[in-house]
Amino acid sequence: MISLRGIDRSFGNHQVLHDVSFDVAPGRMTGFVGANGSGKTTTMRIILGVLAPSAGSVEVDGVPMGAGYRSRIGYMPEERGLYPKMSLIDQLVYLGELHGLTAADARRRGTDLLERLGLGERLTDTLEALSLGNQQRAQIAAALVHDPIALILDEPFSGLDPMAVETTLEVLRDVADAGAPVLFSSHQLDLVERLCDDLVIISEGRVRASGSREDIRARHSSPEWTLVTTADTGWVRGVPGVEVVEFDGGHVRFRAASAEQADTVLRQAVERGSVLSFSPLNRPLTEIFAEVVR
Amino acid sequence: MTTPTTPQTHESGISFSRAATIVAKREIMVRLRSKAFVISSIIFLAAVLASAIIGTQAGSLFQSTTSVAVTADAAETIGSLEGYEVTEVSTQDEVRDLILDGTVEAGVVGSPTDGFTVIGERSAPEGLIQALSITPDVELLDPNAPNPFLTYFIGLGFGLVFFMSAMTYGNTIAQSVAEEKQTRIVEILLATIPARALLAGKVIGNSLLAFAQIALVALMVIGAGAATGSAILLDGLGIPLLWFVALFTVGFVMIAALYAATASLVSRVEDLASATSPIMMLVMIPYIMVIIFNNNPTVLAIMSYVPFSAPVAVPMRVFLGTTTVWESVLALAVLVVATVIAIRVAALIYDRSLLRTGKRVKVSEVLRAAG
Repeated sequence: MISLRGIDRSFGNHQVLHDVSFDVAPGRMTGFVGANGSGKTTTMRIILGVLAPSAGSVEVDGVPMGAGYRSRIGYMPEERGLYPKMSLIDQLVYLGELHGLTAADARRRGTDLLERLGLGERLTDTLEALSLGNQQRAQIAAALVHDPIALILDEPFSGLDPMAVETTLEVLRDVADAGAPVLFSSHQLDLVERLCDDLVIISEGRVRASGSREDIRARHSSPEWTLVTTADTGWVRGVPGVEVVEFDGGHVRFRAASAEQADTVLRQAVERGSVLSFSPLNRPLTEIFAEVVR
Repeated sequence: MTTPTTPQTHESGISFSRAATIVAKREIMVRLRSKAFVISSIIFLAAVLASAIIGTQAGSLFQSTTSVAVTADAAETIGSLEGYEVTEVSTQDEVRDLILDGTVEAGVVGSPTDGFTVIGERSAPEGLIQALSITPDVELLDPNAPNPFLTYFIGLGFGLVFFMSAMTYGNTIAQSVAEEKQTRIVEILLATIPARALLAGKVIGNSLLAFAQIALVALMVIGAGAATGSAILLDGLGIPLLWFVALFTVGFVMIAALYAATASLVSRVEDLASATSPIMMLVMIPYIMVIIFNNNPTVLAIMSYVPFSAPVAVPMRVFLGTTTVWESVLALAVLVVATVIAIRVAALIYDRSLLRTGKRVKVSEVLRAAG
């Protein structure tokens, strides 16, 4: 478990992180969500030790993170970078060696990874000879070549085509399933919603919400239902304990204190006309996000 | 979920020296695989070899024979001189005709007993006049003292080799730093190894390449000396060359560190030229100074204690015999101290500016900023 405890960071007089604390649990994919300039990249750089925090600490299982652990994290910075004129496999061998692998091991793992990511035939091509999407895949391989015990990925899906997103996801899932903590930031909230086990929402350098996806959803939405019938639904307003959120002829969205109360609405609806649909509503992450960061 | 133990938390990553070695290895491999590098190195070495050989043969290259028309009485005397093609004619008028129609360059008439007259069209060959003049006795106190032409040539050689090598490899390391910064791979590298290990690897890698080139230059010059049997190259230059290689190697480490630190201030390879121009000036100074002052012992003595010019000035002084071993060792010591200081400052600048992008970072800003 990687834990951030009370991280502050200032650049000059400008404080960009305020008391940032959250956990990245092993075996889980943690999504890190926030607007541009909200402090995601700075936070990730601090976890990697590329930047030092002004205050606070990064811990692994309650102990300050050491250089040994750090060197085994797989990192993909937001601004991508590999050597343009070096062959893919040579770059991976180089990075693997810097992470403590032998050259032979690094070559073996690098070859495996590139093959898995669909670059098996481009091993000796230089990076600049690849399309942008393939460069991105090579970048992912670079983050994984040393068999990392944790992954920190800054916008890993930006610039990927849908196929590459799926391949990448599979690879990341495997790492998480092997018990490694995985933290990744993304602007694509729908993707985060689908992928993440846990969520951290940051805004203006402050963590606004963190926890499991379900927890956050439950915390930030009172239970809502939607009902669509053939009859007008204006009567729902009169049901005790029910609050109508949206109403439009045969369509209504309402909040109820309990499932039983929602059932009462359904029962009455059946009596007044035929029910086309009735379901509990999950608020989309975009809505929760907009509400949380406000 | 069980909490996995993290035994790696306490141990450190790979060692500093291992990291620096891997970086250095990459620097060298990238250069050796670059066609442009290999070709330009070969051209440079070929040029050095050619000038070493030409330098030893220069005397004979500039000699040529002069055609002279003579009358019978003068024929024997002129024929015994070296470097003259003699045409014997019967009368003085015939000599004059041959000169006027351009068949010969000069003429000699008269006899050893009556004295000779040298005839020319517009001027007469100096050598010929001297050969026929009465010269005073000459006493040479130090017949082996270096001649000024050779001193100039050797000074130029040291200066040029120093300047070219320092520039080439200094720019190489600057390119390599700026490339990593521009492509942002530096962020991945810094997440893996300390900035100082990265800097050390780059400086070591490029210094080894520069050292290899300089050592090759020295070997080729000595080799050319052995092949042509030139005493100047073998006896006169052997020891100065050793000093040159030693001082250059230390001096280049200093220059490489400065180039790397300067390159870390810019965000794009395009901005390198303007950022590194002050260092280029520093590297050019000894080259220009040695050309102007190659025979001025005082200036050379001062230059040998200035870190940038020491690699050129010390071997010059050794060659001219105007220094002692302890002075050379002292100059080397001064250079070593300067290099250590340069490395420390460079590491500080490099460490603090690598992740800063956008407009060029100011040195004063970097050095002032707290960690």
